[in-house]
Amino acid sequence: MSRYRCPCCEYVYDEAVGAPREGYPPGTAWSALPSDWVCPDCAVREKPDFAPTPD
Amino acid sequence: MAAVSMEARAWRWHDRKRYLWPLGLVVPLFPFLAWALVDATGLGLFWWTGALVVYGLFPLLDQLFGKDSHNPPDSVLAYLEQDRYYRWCTYLFLPLQYVGLVVACRLWSAGGLSLLDKTGLAVTVGMVAGIGINTAHELGHKKDTLERWLSKIALAQSGYGHFYIEHNRGHHVRVATAEDPASSRLGETFWRFLPRTVTGSLRSGWQLERARLQRLGKRPWSLRNDVLNAWAMSLAVFGILVIVFGVAVLPFLLLQAVIGFCLLEAVNYLEHYGLLRRKTTSGRDERCTPQHSWNSDNIASNVFLYHLQRHSDHHANPTRRYQALRHDERAPELPSGYATMILLAYLPPVWRRVMDHRVLAHYAGDVTQANIQPARRAAVLARYGAAR
Repeated sequence: MSRYRCPCCEYVYDEAVGAPREGYPPGTAWSALPSDWVCPDCAVREKPDFAPTPD
Repeated sequence: MAAVSMEARAWRWHDRKRYLWPLGLVVPLFPFLAWALVDATGLGLFWWTGALVVYGLFPLLDQLFGKDSHNPPDSVLAYLEQDRYYRWCTYLFLPLQYVGLVVACRLWSAGGLSLLDKTGLAVTVGMVAGIGINTAHELGHKKDTLERWLSKIALAQSGYGHFYIEHNRGHHVRVATAEDPASSRLGETFWRFLPRTVTGSLRSGWQLERARLQRLGKRPWSLRNDVLNAWAMSLAVFGILVIVFGVAVLPFLLLQAVIGFCLLEAVNYLEHYGLLRRKTTSGRDERCTPQHSWNSDNIASNVFLYHLQRHSDHHANPTRRYQALRHDERAPELPSGYATMILLAYLPPVWRRVMDHRVLAHYAGDVTQANIQPARRAAVLARYGAAR
């Protein structure tokens, strides 16, 4: 399970946690998120802007 | 250790606005101020205190106190953000806002006020509702669950609960594009913008929630829908007030709500007028930069609006707290504070005269780079394209 960090607001998408409120249950792989997925906290960075982050 | 050095840095830097922020709480006191002034002078005019202050006193204060472009250094931003004092300045808006609404209902229902007086009071309460949307805006951008709740509660008074969804997930994503209902266009008057933003934002908020619930396998017509549960909160507030004070207060409750969200939309009109993000070669909109928001460093309006006018930094860092927002030299600057600019927005010929040449200058005379009202495109190009 990998983690990806928003470069704007530090939100971290953790594949193990998912983003359940947004409709992405725990275990949703990063690759399964749509390419126009936006950061659920700041909404000004999209999927391609996120960077993998160590655990 | 990190905390100590953070505090040490902050100790050397002094926040000059620190003790000005509680002044924002003057706004929810408008209904009380109105009542006191009417009581002291016997003049019914003072039921309109909210409008007199927002449209009269605030623009005057903007002129009087001028601009302040002082920025906190990067090293103290984290310290400023974690200082809970600043949060309380916004939290306290809410109890005052709702006590004011209850007092106004009492005054509307008690008798003794003429229809004109009652209308004046509704306008005063509407100014609180409208600026309350700004307080809700500050709270709604935060990651803290409590603050997100407070944001929705603050929006209940104006029935604009869908703003919490649309603004954060819609406007911030599409700002300064032709697709954004809340970004005004060159050649678009405020009066044309108003119905477009009100209906467009409502539609957008609904669509965003419907799409989210669809991903969850749920239907949109449920209280899980953040648009619907926010409206339910408004319904509950208005319902309780009507039960307690009688149906006679309902027209004034509705009037103050409309005045509230129209004030918010007037502010929306100023913030991105004519500004446009370019399309990249891949067809996406370029990232929102400081050049895509109108800023104002007029200190009076900034204090009463929790630095909303440092709008470029807000769009660059939407979750950043108001006290840490910074002035940006690269951002286009309005000639005065938002309070003054709202007045100009109501008068389209004056607005055009003041603003259109600024949009043009921002794009170095190339009007085709601006966000132009499609219906007026030919006229705008003829008018400004020829001037190149």
